[in-house]
Amino acid sequence: MIASMSKITFAAQVEKLADIEQFVDACAERFLLDAKKTFGLHVAVEEVFVNICNYAYPDEEGEVSMSTGIEDDALVLEISDHGIPFNILVLPEPDTSLNIEDRTIGGLGGYFIRRLTDNVTYRREDGKNILKLVMRRIS
Amino acid sequence: MNIETFKESATTVVKVTGRLDAVTSSEYEQKFNALISDGETIFVVDLEKLDYISSAGLRALLATAKRIKGKSGQLFLANIAGPVKEVFNISGFGSIFPVYESVDCALNAVAG
Repeated sequence: MIASMSKITFAAQVEKLADIEQFVDACAERFLLDAKKTFGLHVAVEEVFVNICNYAYPDEEGEVSMSTGIEDDALVLEISDHGIPFNILVLPEPDTSLNIEDRTIGGLGGYFIRRLTDNVTYRREDGKNILKLVMRRIS
Repeated sequence: MNIETFKESATTVVKVTGRLDAVTSSEYEQKFNALISDGETIFVVDLEKLDYISSAGLRALLATAKRIKGKSGQLFLANIAGPVKEVFNISGFGSIFPVYESVDCALNAVAG
């Protein structure tokens, strides 16, 4: 059970990233996340948001909704869009051992989301992609 | 994000301040493209004042490094610290770039 979910909606446009940044700061501050965890949450949320902006709505303008709440004493942030079904978590992990010439960026976003949150799950529900990010105060 | 540059003999030192994210990373690439067009080939990027980097920022760093390498140039990173360092470490980027503890160390490496 997630207590007191509050929801805010943004246009799915990369230019809105500064608004997302403020929103994440407010969440982290309210939940008393430390600086390192807050940094990780910023990166994870950017990766999710930018991915939605770039791929979820190829033929239309769309929105991204973010709901926050507390579950089992952890900060829960659910990010949803009603775009094409897509689970960023199933992308293959990047090969982090390659050199500059061979290295590509593909898959790094999903990798960061998994590595910088304490738990993350994807579900498709009511025509929406929903990523649930969980951040604990202490790992 | 803000970018300041200065020359130290043949090396261009690029000081990046603020955030390197999906919005600002194109600005970073444009700045480097301009420097490369001006004929610069050796760079030390000072990240001491970089507060934040995401995969989009790393993409810009990598794209720039590849372009410089294509011109037989060199790119060194200096002063990676704090949470930014963690992003470099988990992505493996900390080991694909030559990384130095300070701008001076990087400049010495160029000279050597």
